[in-house]
Amino acid sequence: MAGDCEMTRTRMIGVDVGGTFTDVFFLDEASGEARVAKVPTTRPDQSGGFLAGIRAHGEDLEGVASVVHGTTAGTNALLERKGARIGIITTQGFRDVLDMRRRDRPRTWGLRGNFDPVVPRELRIEVPERTFADGTVEQVVDLDAVRAAGEHLLAQGCKAVAVLFVNSYANPANEQAAVAALRAFWPTPHVSASSEILPEIREYERFSTTALNAYLQPEVAGYIGRLAGALDEGGFGGEFLIVQSNGGVMDVDTARRLPVRTALSGPAAGVIAAGYIAQNAGFPNVITGDMGGTSFDVSLIAGGKSVLSPQTSIDFGLVVRTPMIEIATIGAGGGSIASVDKGGLLNIGPESAGSDPGPVAYGRGNTRPTVTDANIVLGRIDSERPIGGGLARLDIEAARAAIAEHVGKPLGLDTDAAAEAIITVANSRMAGAIRLVSIERGFDPKQFAYMPFGGGGALHACALIREVGLARAIVPRYPGVTSAMGCVIADMRQDFVQTVNALTAQVDVAGLGALMQTHVDEGLRLIDSAGINFAGREIIFELDMAYLGQTHTVAVPLTVTLDADHKVTPPTREAIRAAFDAAYERVYGRLLPGGVTRVLNLRTAVIGQRPKFDLSTLAPGPDADAEKAKRGTRRVYAAGAWHEATILDRLALPVGTIINGPAILEQADTTIFIEPDHAGRVDDFGNVVITRADAQGDAWKGD
Amino acid sequence: MSRDIDPITLAVLAGRMEQIADEMDATLFRSAFNPIIAEAHDASHGIYHAATGDTLVQGKSGLPIFVGVMAFAVKAVIDKAARDGDLADGDTYIFNDAHLGGTHLSDMRLVRPYFHEGELFCYLASVGHWHDVGGAVPGNYNPSASEAFQEAFILPPVKLARAGVMQQDIVDILLRNTRLPQSALGDLNGQINALDLGVKRLDALLAEYGAETVRTALSALSDRAETLMRAEVENLPDGRWEAEDFLDNDGISDTALPIRVALEISGDRLSLDFTGSAPATAGPINISEGTAIACVYVAIKHIFPDLPANAGVMRPLDITIPAGSILAAEFPAPTGGYTETILRMIDVIFAAASQVAPERVVANAYGTINALSIAGHRADGRRWVMFSFYGGGHGGTPEGDGLDHGNAPISTATIPPAEILEAAYPVAFRQWALRPDSAGAGRYRGGMGAVYEIELLEESAEAFLFGERGRFAPKGVAGGGEAALNRFSYEQDDGFHTPPLASKIVGIALKRGQRVRLETPGGGGYGPPDQRDPQAIARDVARGLVSEERADADYGTAWRGIAK
Repeated sequence: MAGDCEMTRTRMIGVDVGGTFTDVFFLDEASGEARVAKVPTTRPDQSGGFLAGIRAHGEDLEGVASVVHGTTAGTNALLERKGARIGIITTQGFRDVLDMRRRDRPRTWGLRGNFDPVVPRELRIEVPERTFADGTVEQVVDLDAVRAAGEHLLAQGCKAVAVLFVNSYANPANEQAAVAALRAFWPTPHVSASSEILPEIREYERFSTTALNAYLQPEVAGYIGRLAGALDEGGFGGEFLIVQSNGGVMDVDTARRLPVRTALSGPAAGVIAAGYIAQNAGFPNVITGDMGGTSFDVSLIAGGKSVLSPQTSIDFGLVVRTPMIEIATIGAGGGSIASVDKGGLLNIGPESAGSDPGPVAYGRGNTRPTVTDANIVLGRIDSERPIGGGLARLDIEAARAAIAEHVGKPLGLDTDAAAEAIITVANSRMAGAIRLVSIERGFDPKQFAYMPFGGGGALHACALIREVGLARAIVPRYPGVTSAMGCVIADMRQDFVQTVNALTAQVDVAGLGALMQTHVDEGLRLIDSAGINFAGREIIFELDMAYLGQTHTVAVPLTVTLDADHKVTPPTREAIRAAFDAAYERVYGRLLPGGVTRVLNLRTAVIGQRPKFDLSTLAPGPDADAEKAKRGTRRVYAAGAWHEATILDRLALPVGTIINGPAILEQADTTIFIEPDHAGRVDDFGNVVITRADAQGDAWKGD
Repeated sequence: MSRDIDPITLAVLAGRMEQIADEMDATLFRSAFNPIIAEAHDASHGIYHAATGDTLVQGKSGLPIFVGVMAFAVKAVIDKAARDGDLADGDTYIFNDAHLGGTHLSDMRLVRPYFHEGELFCYLASVGHWHDVGGAVPGNYNPSASEAFQEAFILPPVKLARAGVMQQDIVDILLRNTRLPQSALGDLNGQINALDLGVKRLDALLAEYGAETVRTALSALSDRAETLMRAEVENLPDGRWEAEDFLDNDGISDTALPIRVALEISGDRLSLDFTGSAPATAGPINISEGTAIACVYVAIKHIFPDLPANAGVMRPLDITIPAGSILAAEFPAPTGGYTETILRMIDVIFAAASQVAPERVVANAYGTINALSIAGHRADGRRWVMFSFYGGGHGGTPEGDGLDHGNAPISTATIPPAEILEAAYPVAFRQWALRPDSAGAGRYRGGMGAVYEIELLEESAEAFLFGERGRFAPKGVAGGGEAALNRFSYEQDDGFHTPPLASKIVGIALKRGQRVRLETPGGGGYGPPDQRDPQAIARDVARGLVSEERADADYGTAWRGIAK
């Protein structure tokens, strides 16, 4: 053998670490073979489950080209406040920006709750320095004061330090000088300036993002280091990559530097996979729904592109401003508790039994009925063969008793009807979340397919088709490992932002071009240094713009030409104006004649497109046999009556099988319920496409 | 109970209708031109009863005070339409008259009758705080106004659209009466968009479920809210509890103004009697009766946060607002500073309720909106106005310390970042910080107030402040201590001065390099200070939030034994 690694390393592994399970997706690009594995997540150190997962199908890591990881390590560290002890050095007078937030409160009603920043006040030190909004340095930073502050924080046991100066987005000179002075003696690489992490106007959002990043650095760097070390020991010689909240992946060096970008890593990977699967199946417009134990997460992909939101709050006061796949969450999951209030109204959630103690039927001490209990009572979940492992059987009688007691009695309904009422109200809440991301954003649900993933979503697919008026649902072949598959599919991506803050009429167009060039050069350097083969590269420029006086900006995509050497030709002022008009009219339907516009920020995304694998390799093989898939029948309650539903082994169904409801399709990680008057069809990729029975034919085809 | 509607449909419709109101809110927030709506969410939308104007459904994201007050605005339109006898499908009324519609003249109200198959089904309404509606000062928070006419131009309910046709005359009048016509037109369009969207969504809902089912659901939801409220009240012991607090002054004469309440519970009814509150004032600290009643709703919903946002909640309440008082001022008494008076109403309601249900309430929040304006002209002649509201501490709660630097209980407004203000106006914030020793002591102390020190970077400017709590500090409950007073000072050639009326002043002339300094109150404390965990006291001292002297005075010296 010539020892050509590129030739022999054809395997890719995606690993998504969730709260309960670590899911792994194996793909051999050469043979097209795909396999999945599911192992328990280990706590508190997730690296144990990670390594067990990737070795589930053998120990050999030498032939693996890349391991891509979607992680909740950062999110958990934030939610559980388990980050490192860190210090902050800031402008005189601005020590308390993190406490003060944007003067919001946790909940509108009740005036309860408070907030403690991740950095206590005694570790936030002010130094003399000042830059004005126009970039003028009023006072050059006092570096002796910075060094003294750094020494003090080090003596206090800080593992990282963040330099947060006001108006550093407009001129980073003081911050740069301060971090240079600190780096000269700080014993770890964890020294950061807010202008390095997010050179964007709004001090609270910038400081919070930078401080949370510093808070995560030691932890996440350690976690990634342990994983990388173990991979090396296992003989792994390929690339180790981490999924970001924007749905793109980054190399581990970038992840160590910018751990805050992993905040929604796992869910983002799921949305990426869902979009890819749906597009392959012929449906570029898809709404994803991930139903977990406590929540239902919805995301919309239009024309194959997912919607990004500029920031999110991980918890009250913990603002992270970095592009993230927009995911709307409501508190309606399988573990959500059904209750009737004193006014006689049936509510689902927000209280949840989660996965522990979980539904009443789990027999772990919860006595209040959940959505999953209702699904069990109605026969939609098999109480004798629960999925997910762990439990031998489910206590259906306990679930019935809880529903009768807490819902049936107060509403005057028999237990079956009460259970269906729970499902109906839960469905309407989920439908509300889907309307929120579609109708409310001006998208027509009739143009969209609904893709449930995660364990529980496919039980509710038909109801959501009906409630929202969606064209169809598409259940991927391995819905339980969608996020892990997304890791393998996701592109490499680097995002940049720089505040410009000028009237359109006065924007320095050449300067804007130079900024764009800086972003492009830096982005290409980062994605190319990872040593990944790309099918192509894409560069996206957007300006945040508004009419003068407005505070909400509109994202204005700019078409900018780059030559073969990636040299940017700056856009003309006229092109910027025209792009604004087009974007504004699309969002609001009308322009303001004669309105003065301004440019707030430049955003750049540099994307390295990774080669995509052929999803048909996941399809059922020629040996699949509809007869062998039959597992008998079971009584299922729907629309006020009991039906005899066909039970099928989902993975054994051949391509082209048509399944008329009522039917239940079972597989290791998901149960699909096809309701009466609905039908499903196994498509060429092994997806089950579900439509109303009267809409068969047309609805199975792509748009 | 469930009158002709099955409980499942009812639960589904409750969610659908709430989503319509929420979506109307979101539409306006996105498209509004002025930051008071777009950022501070000083707006609200809802669905109202066709005959009474009662609130049926209200958006979750709008300003809390509007939840109750919009019913009065809709009622004003119902009365007007009954007088004129010309209500038609496609009409939209517009007005800002605060004596008819509550709150203050800055709030522009649009009310649209919603017809289904030729019959009036309900009303939809949109209210939003416009940036400028004329009057003596930009932004309309004129602390020295003695008549509504000095606060803004006054528009009674008139038809902005007749049977779907926009009345351009009305638009022309509106735009001629504001210093910021582009902003006003942008907000007006946003409000019309929100109403259009509400009509579209209701059309779809009625088509899906039928008008009768939706009508039944709406009335069932109000009935259920009433049942819930009665159940909450019935759980409390019968009795009568009183509370009193004061406004500093009315901005014209320096006389303290009492706000008094007697809270009485008898079975499943709760009465709130404000007899004994100050008479109407010459200065703009009055409120209309509708505002006062809406404010009671806000306080009640903070005490019982799970209650739904509809008028059914108000049915078991008996509210007495004395005629001729500061809480029921007649036209044309000025109402520009209504926020201060309703904040004090909430404080006294909490103080009274804390005597009967201490686990239900929190201590007083900072209690003033602190509307501070600094305005001038740039070197090139362009006019600038920096007008903003500032935050303070929330009260201690039965579970923990109050929130540092929160927004007012009547609002959900956020504050613009200092960098946005510095980029837009020629000022530099020299301090944007928590204010040590500003919170009331208690088992759980109040949240911290803030210090904002602002330096002028241009040649000259003029400043005014409309604030409160400069003379009477936010109180603790259940044995908790008082917070610090609001303190405002401004720099002149001979040093810093404080206003004679404490927190209200107009016409401060500032020169380049001079500063104004606003120190806001924290929240009151909850529970006796001697029950506070010494560890928490030592932590506050180590963090510099409480001085050693204050800690000793409030809590004794036991905390000094705690190892750092």
